[in-house]
Amino acid sequence: MANFYKDNSDIKFQFSHPLMGKIVELKEQNFKDYGKYDYAPSSVEDAIDSYDKVMEIMGEICGDVLAPNAEQVDHDGPVCKDGRVTYAAGTQQNQDVLTQAGLYGMSLPREYGGLNFSMVPYVMAAELTGRADAGFSNIWGLQDCAETINEFASKEIRDEFLPRVCKGETCSMDLTEPDAGSDLQAAMLKATYDEKTGMWILNGVKRFITNGDAQIKLVLARSEEGTTDARGLSYFVYDKNWGGVTVRRIENKLGIKGSPTCELVFKNAPAKLVGERKLGLIKYVMSLMNGARLGVGAQSVGISEAAYREALKYANERAQFGKKIIEFPAVSEMLALMKAKLQASRAILYETTRFVDIYKAYNAIAEERKLTPEERAESKKYAKYADMFTPVLKMMSSEYCNQNAYDAIQVHGGSGFMKEYPVERIYRDARITTIYEGTSQLQTVAAIRYVTNGSYLAKMREYEQLETNAEYAPLKAKIVAMTDQYEKACALASERGNEFIDFHARRLVEMAAHILMSYLLIIDAQRCSSFANSANVYTNRAVAWNNERYSYIENFDDSQLAAHYAVREEELPEAE
Amino acid sequence: MTKKLKIVVLAKQVPDTRNVGKNAMTPEGTVNRAALPAIFNPEDMNALEQALRIKDKNPGTEVILLTMGPARAAEIIREGLFRGADGGVLLSDRKFAGSDTLATSYALSQAVKKLNPDLILAGRQAIDGDTAQVGPQVAEKLNMPQVTYAEQILEINDNNIVIRRRLERGIEVVTSPLPLLVTVHATAAPCRPRNAKFLMKYKSARTVTEDSTVSGPMQITEWGAANIGGDDQSFGLSGSPTKVKKVENIVFQAKEAKRLTSSDADIDSLISELFTNHTIG
Repeated sequence: MANFYKDNSDIKFQFSHPLMGKIVELKEQNFKDYGKYDYAPSSVEDAIDSYDKVMEIMGEICGDVLAPNAEQVDHDGPVCKDGRVTYAAGTQQNQDVLTQAGLYGMSLPREYGGLNFSMVPYVMAAELTGRADAGFSNIWGLQDCAETINEFASKEIRDEFLPRVCKGETCSMDLTEPDAGSDLQAAMLKATYDEKTGMWILNGVKRFITNGDAQIKLVLARSEEGTTDARGLSYFVYDKNWGGVTVRRIENKLGIKGSPTCELVFKNAPAKLVGERKLGLIKYVMSLMNGARLGVGAQSVGISEAAYREALKYANERAQFGKKIIEFPAVSEMLALMKAKLQASRAILYETTRFVDIYKAYNAIAEERKLTPEERAESKKYAKYADMFTPVLKMMSSEYCNQNAYDAIQVHGGSGFMKEYPVERIYRDARITTIYEGTSQLQTVAAIRYVTNGSYLAKMREYEQLETNAEYAPLKAKIVAMTDQYEKACALASERGNEFIDFHARRLVEMAAHILMSYLLIIDAQRCSSFANSANVYTNRAVAWNNERYSYIENFDDSQLAAHYAVREEELPEAE
Repeated sequence: MTKKLKIVVLAKQVPDTRNVGKNAMTPEGTVNRAALPAIFNPEDMNALEQALRIKDKNPGTEVILLTMGPARAAEIIREGLFRGADGGVLLSDRKFAGSDTLATSYALSQAVKKLNPDLILAGRQAIDGDTAQVGPQVAEKLNMPQVTYAEQILEINDNNIVIRRRLERGIEVVTSPLPLLVTVHATAAPCRPRNAKFLMKYKSARTVTEDSTVSGPMQITEWGAANIGGDDQSFGLSGSPTKVKKVENIVFQAKEAKRLTSSDADIDSLISELFTNHTIG
């Protein structure tokens, strides 16, 4: 009898954020569905009450079904036979229970059978599944594909596929190919238009496809013959019932073993075009990726939570030298830092989610009527915030969940290395989060432009303007000093040119991230004392982390660049 | 072949005796209800799931929860609505207070008569009393056949229902005409989770006692003794011959169970053993 929502008041706290009312009002558009659907809310309070109650269902299923199944699912994994995938029994049970609970299609409009939830509760649900079973959270989270269909596909395709997603049919997004990983514009899977049937026909191979044997697939394919770049790629929807796609094999992975990672063969597989030709990668995949990165952020926070809880529990149970190990400073320090990283990750997760919520709601309204100039400006502002926060969120929360999983094993000592405790699985599951949906290195590439164009700095100064109570004034002063230092680092980098910026990009983005997350923690701490210690721990660490980065950047000369790039020339002698 | 049925599920709100803490019992030896959370009796949940599965297969089927208890017992009706039940009736009246299984089954059977279902499902027993008497007694009072220890309802056709029973040492498949009362065993499928849409739809459902401003489809039916007819003397304390003489805490010490066959020799030996240790006689 565990409930992962009710045992964690930090999550529910997000519903009390001042922007929540605005988010609900935009999403519900004057509560126009009230009276039309018997489960539609009549007011902001009603909607948030429903969010809260539905999260209780999610928390209960995560605590009572997903988490207890996780170990066996990790052990059994899915099976591939005759070109089809069968989930582990526990995975199938998770899927069935969540379908019965009506927890698919959470963010889709009610006309398709969705719950029309804003992103905040959707991301919460993703976080909860991540804590319970990170592998399964991928299968559940791929309902995100429906979001892309809803945003960009024709009415006909929406009507055809969205109600099915709400009834629990699973999705996959088929982007990666053997020669197109991070560099998706190299995708070669071929799409040709068939005049007779009016369908597109897909041929080629996809690789590393999560949940690749899903009912509904979104496939990136080359529709423009003779092209080799992003502009020749379009986006297609495929229904498993149409046939033509088989699973060649599933990967044997380090972690998230319950989630089948497939190599797929498309042989004359029919498909329908989503949106317009040639916008596949440029527009639709980029949008899908932002959603997926938010999803990995949520998953990472869930994993961090699981790691922290396991470590805390063990540190309180395990006694050495006549006392609980948590009494030793080295252990309690580790736990305090884990908690600070966890709460900082969660703070930026929901801040980003709120930005996404607001601009997406405006996009939906814009489909029905023309936005006023003020609304357009606001939509643009939040879309930009979402774009600049998403890579920072993805990078930082995934790196922190790995650090927390590492420390969780350390707290367990030798026992943590054994299969008997869940931390070893958590450690293996965490590892992929800094890699998929764009590596941390690629998140840096996405984020660095907001360093150089001053957007992060402007956002920091905006947080600086918020009123701070006396208790938090000293911490705030430290953050302001960090901001000044960051501004100096940015100026230094821009003086030194692009190669310098590229080399220090990760450091600069991390400096920005530390400052933004420190701000978010002191903002949360002023509303709820649950964040007080983490605000203190994190901000003071952030000062030290940024000093280190600043010192390195400030004292960096070109000889160091050459010393680093020398590895490019290195040739190791062949073994005799 | 689908059939529109009216199904009544008998359910009880019980103290959660599965997670008993230190203050679960009062010094007087009665259950300290304040210290134990009130839950939907587990086997009644199994019964509800069987009803909902029939509804899944037979669209148009109506599932109604019937429970007797204080005002707060409406909570389990909501729990049922959140899982797919169509309605519920709370039997609540001071006159029902102090009911033993006989008086409870009398009141329930009166309410069932009024609802006139094709099928009645109930949990085998409640985790507070553990008598397993109420379901069978309701069937007797309605002069209706009953099947106990059901694990799965396999099929419903024109007038018959096919049920798999879980017995001590095996399973048995039985066929019965409708109407029928079935008690469901814990080995039956667990109940489905609460559904997000049903929860949002019914979250404000209340009985009149809980909130007199609620009306229409969000009002949970509440019946008192006057609503279900019958003999007032048979309700509540006056209709309950069971009297609790004393409650003792017993530490169970038996090492193992003794299994007897139905042979005359075994029965004779048991009787003489019971005489010898003065359990009987």
